[in-house]
Amino acid sequence: MRPRPPEPPTRTWFMRTTAYRLFMIREFTSVFLAGYLIFLLVLLARVGEGPQPFESLLVTLRSPISIILHVLVLLAALYHAVTWFNLTPRIMPVRLGEERLPDAVVAIAAGYLPWIVVSLAIGWAVLG
Amino acid sequence: MSASNGAAAQTTEESLEARMADKTITLEVFRYDPAAGGDPTFQRYDVPYRSDWVVLDALNWIKDTTDGSLTFRWSCRMGVCGSCGMMVNGLPKLTCSTFLKDYYPDPLRIEPLANFPVQRDLVIEFDGFVEKLKSIKPWLIRNDQRDPADGELRQTPKQLAQYKQYTMCINCMLCYSACPEYAFIPGFIGPAAIALAQRYNLDSRDQGQAERRKLLGVQEAVWECTFVGECSAVCPKHVDPAAAIQQAKVTSTIDWYKRFLMPWGKK
Repeated sequence: MRPRPPEPPTRTWFMRTTAYRLFMIREFTSVFLAGYLIFLLVLLARVGEGPQPFESLLVTLRSPISIILHVLVLLAALYHAVTWFNLTPRIMPVRLGEERLPDAVVAIAAGYLPWIVVSLAIGWAVLG
Repeated sequence: MSASNGAAAQTTEESLEARMADKTITLEVFRYDPAAGGDPTFQRYDVPYRSDWVVLDALNWIKDTTDGSLTFRWSCRMGVCGSCGMMVNGLPKLTCSTFLKDYYPDPLRIEPLANFPVQRDLVIEFDGFVEKLKSIKPWLIRNDQRDPADGELRQTPKQLAQYKQYTMCINCMLCYSACPEYAFIPGFIGPAAIALAQRYNLDSRDQGQAERRKLLGVQEAVWECTFVGECSAVCPKHVDPAAAIQQAKVTSTIDWYKRFLMPWGKK
């Protein structure tokens, strides 16, 4: 008598539990980040084309749709960053002798602190 | 405690028992008979509700009093043997430590562990899992031919701490049932086997890292994992196999860069 094969997974498997859904959101935020990188490349290309094309791009960027998209990308980037910073201590645990450094310390030292410093530096360079 | 207080407590307890005797909880249990073939069915059983009963107690009550044909695995009843893993309301659980009171008065749906072939009712077949465990060479590999007479290989508490967490696995396979990647790719070596590989890789007495690296750094091993993390969430022993896999990924990546940047270096 042969055993019954396992049920094949469905296409909507990630809707089954909250944990799966949160995982899928984390992965999906990558699409926003990749999209924004392409946008930055286009921006750089426009800068190279001279003042006129760049000025017209700036007008487009001030449109409400552009601002809404930017807010969406920012939220996606924040979710992506926070979830991965929180996972870092498990990927790279730091041991001091027999004890493991608390996860929060690793997350702050390897993620949040450099993030805040770099953000402030960029903010200062752009706005200061 | 005074005598009268003790008596009062006992009376309360008795009346509580009496009240609870009337209460029942419904279990909808997955039934599959390989001899009969066909599709599995769900059978409903009304079981007496006790606040200190776990799902396994309810299943044993069914088997003892109502339906002797119900088939399931169990042994220790204390979360050590890893035999009684089942899906409880869609989540993989050790039924010996899953209390009815956390679900009462709602019914419970009991199914065999997901992602495994079913032999009968709640009993799964795990030959593939055992093969995967063996495939990562879960023993101390030594390059020198040590003789037991040479004495034991000593280890400091600090060296033990490096891998101790990964020795806690009881092979209950809940992690495989929680893993959506394993559902899609049955060839994936999977959480418990990779955690076991890390257990030996991080052991100061082991010299088999290079040998295991060839087995772990491939697509079917660490690179199939997308870090959903549910294997660790359901692990009753807090082994955190997801972390073991990500750490093995870091090692595998560093190895790749070493080979890429320093092809003349030591493999």
